[in-house]
Amino acid sequence: MSTALATLHALAGAALFVLGLYALLVRADLLRRIMAINVAGAGVFLVLVAVAYRGGEAPPDPVPHAMVLTGIVVAVCGTAVALVLAGRVAAAEEETSGGEGSAVAEDGEGR
Amino acid sequence: MSRRQAPSEPPLRRAAAAALATAIAVALGWAVLSLPPESAGLVQEAFAELERSGAANPVTAVLLNYRAYDTLLEVAVLLLAAIATWSMARADEPDRGIARGAVLRGLARLLAPLLIFVAGYFLWLGSARPGGAFQAGAVLGGAGVLVLLAYGRRRVLPPPALARLALASGLAVFLAAGAAAMAAGGRFLEGRGELAAVAILVVETAAVVSIGVTLAALYLGGRPPAGGAAAASHAGERGG
Repeated sequence: MSTALATLHALAGAALFVLGLYALLVRADLLRRIMAINVAGAGVFLVLVAVAYRGGEAPPDPVPHAMVLTGIVVAVCGTAVALVLAGRVAAAEEETSGGEGSAVAEDGEGR
Repeated sequence: MSRRQAPSEPPLRRAAAAALATAIAVALGWAVLSLPPESAGLVQEAFAELERSGAANPVTAVLLNYRAYDTLLEVAVLLLAAIATWSMARADEPDRGIARGAVLRGLARLLAPLLIFVAGYFLWLGSARPGGAFQAGAVLGGAGVLVLLAYGRRRVLPPPALARLALASGLAVFLAAGAAAMAAGGRFLEGRGELAAVAILVVETAAVVSIGVTLAALYLGGRPPAGGAAAASHAGERGG
């Protein structure tokens, strides 16, 4: 492990975040957006962990590690609530519109 | 039933989103590359107080002593997510489309006790090595998901009162530990003295069960019927 490798991990995390952000802005399907938020979250976690590197054999900074652990749990909780909400949106649209266009595509496909 | 297509995005919006994403990528890259290479962070402070904190692993010390308030709120967020999902959906529909063969059931029978054992090991390990309550709770949640997948919610739901008790016990024990710190003469959640190690162990044990049950409840995706597994199977037979 070296500082260059840690910087590479941090840049990869930033790239993941940007990919998730782009998908969140562009995709219309709710499920795709939830997955995009998860990808962006994974990027944030990677940046935090990479930034905790302190060089050589020194122990890494434990505070960003603890923040990532907390963040993972909170992200799982948020994803669960978002998925239940997406299910309710789909059920409500199926009732009212009778199948004419929806934010949650029926078989998971979406643009 | 007609197939529903999500509305397609106009190209201008795609281009604007791509421009915004590129700008953020450049800013993030510049921020990462301009970080000072020799910043100490909080490493010195974290390791200086490690013997007095009640845990030998620095991450556990940060989670359950230095920043115990954050962890308390995180357990509260877990409970809140369980309340939110259970209040918005029901889990009494029959499971659809999952092929439950003998292989999946055999795997669940083999793995579930092993996963519970591994969760206990992670909990014990967390005091000195990487491990701890959340890792153990996640493994336990995985065991719950596996059993739910293999046997279906009709057969494996616990009595609802027991499930709700398990969901709430993590936060309750954490709050009680904080109040005990106040009763012992300190501030709320202050982890000082010999009480700190005992408090960390008690809180982590309660949190493991609570986190595992919460994750399985989130996978369930809705509140179980009031009668538990019996009512679920009855409803399943009636409904198809």
